[in-house]
Amino acid sequence: MIVASRKPLEEIIECVEAERKILVAGCGACVAVCMAGGEKEAELLSIELRMALKLRGRAPDIKTATIQRQCEEEFVQTLASEVEDRDVVISIGCGAGVQFLAKTFADKRIVPGLNTEFIGVVTAPGEFEEVCAACGDCILHLTGGICPIARCSKSLLNGPCGGSSNGHCEIGEEAPCAWQLIFDKLKAAGRLDLMARIHAPKNWSTSRDGGPRRATRKEQKR
Amino acid sequence: MSRLKMLLDSGHFAVTGECGPPKGPDGSVIRKKAAWLKGALDAVNVTDNQTSIVRMSSVAASKLLIDEGLEPVMQMVCRDRNRIAMQSDIFGDSAFGIQNLLCLSGDHQTFGNQTGAKNVYDVDSIQLLQICRTLRDDNTVMGGDPVEGNVDLFLGAASNPFGDPFEARVMRLKKKIDAGADFIQTQCIFNMDKFKLFMNMVRDQGLDERVHILAGVIPLKSLPMAKYMAKNVSGVDLPEAILDRIKGVPKKARAEEGIKLAVEQIAELKAIKGVHGIHLMAIEWEEMAPRIVEAAGLLPRPTVNRVNAAD
Repeated sequence: MIVASRKPLEEIIECVEAERKILVAGCGACVAVCMAGGEKEAELLSIELRMALKLRGRAPDIKTATIQRQCEEEFVQTLASEVEDRDVVISIGCGAGVQFLAKTFADKRIVPGLNTEFIGVVTAPGEFEEVCAACGDCILHLTGGICPIARCSKSLLNGPCGGSSNGHCEIGEEAPCAWQLIFDKLKAAGRLDLMARIHAPKNWSTSRDGGPRRATRKEQKR
Repeated sequence: MSRLKMLLDSGHFAVTGECGPPKGPDGSVIRKKAAWLKGALDAVNVTDNQTSIVRMSSVAASKLLIDEGLEPVMQMVCRDRNRIAMQSDIFGDSAFGIQNLLCLSGDHQTFGNQTGAKNVYDVDSIQLLQICRTLRDDNTVMGGDPVEGNVDLFLGAASNPFGDPFEARVMRLKKKIDAGADFIQTQCIFNMDKFKLFMNMVRDQGLDERVHILAGVIPLKSLPMAKYMAKNVSGVDLPEAILDRIKGVPKKARAEEGIKLAVEQIAELKAIKGVHGIHLMAIEWEEMAPRIVEAAGLLPRPTVNRVNAAD
């Protein structure tokens, strides 16, 4: 899922302080799962905002609305009536949601309530970890199902570097060394030959480096 | 041709050292260090923004060393340059007469004074070696376009026998040799037993026949430095016995003890089959390098005439 976290309240207040009619728009997809931008979080943010703005002598009219997904036209359109009379919309979807709302409601001010962080998994209750860098050219079959692009601090294809120590990365003990994990996995599988081969320089054109990316499904195109 | 290559290929026990560029544009710092090191070292590594602290570029500092009559080993890290900048800088190095290039991953930027920097890591150190070899041997840049002129390079790489997992260390060394490394400089060696075990594995695979290994030595200047190295420098294995030895002498005599220890380590490393030289990293203590080399019985340095690519 796409993992995001709430922006500091102060930063959100800065964006909306001058406005009276505010909509907090939640998203029921990834950001709801990672407890940053779902229905509950939309309610919570509206309460926090109301209190904070009241303390500043303001009387804002804050509503909330959460849709199934902010990244698809048919769901976003269901927000139209809620958005109509608002001065500003705080989207607590991911960056894609914020942009899709901004495009759909082109004459409205749409501001982000979250910082979108990474593609990750839940590792423990309330703990999320980045595992995919969306590079557009998957090599997980060569690395024991552990991605060095996302999980090695240097994105090395021929690791581990000399900074790997006791299973952790040179940047700190809280960061596991991806190449130690890959080594352990491949060793257990009897496939250290995959690590012994030299992996050629990556073609980053499939990643963000090739410019904004698009994907097409011919069968779905109308 | 690289003088270091000529020495190593003719079987001499090589001595390389290090020169850290200044945190500013003052070239006299390099000239001062060059005067200390001249005659005591066969080649001098010029670090590339080590520990991610902004310093004079290794290209410029290497050129300053050449002007002072020293042979540089220019370090290039993968952290700060993409493949375009790397190949471009290598052309520039060649034009300046820089022929020894050490290809490194580089310390992560979180260690330095630009922690908000975007790192590059377009290629890794092994891929950089491949690119350099292609420039030199195939006379093309990556992708096949021809190089106008020749790139004369003696290619180096680093090896850390004390990084984890230990078993992957020789595997990675072999990959570096396969990718084009002509010589290897190791991380500083304090745990001699573990290094000997590493060298056994290196010899078992015949890798010592394919590459020149220069063993890393760092003289310990003080007890705080030794403690810092033991605790904070990733990939350094400094046994308790060495800390005890430094602690065991009065504070004033500790620098001397550090030098004595380095000289003993050099003698022990020299006796290991497959070690073709030492790489002496006298960090912020460059002036001490000649004394250590002399005390280790490695002076005077052998003379071979430097031959330029154009000759």
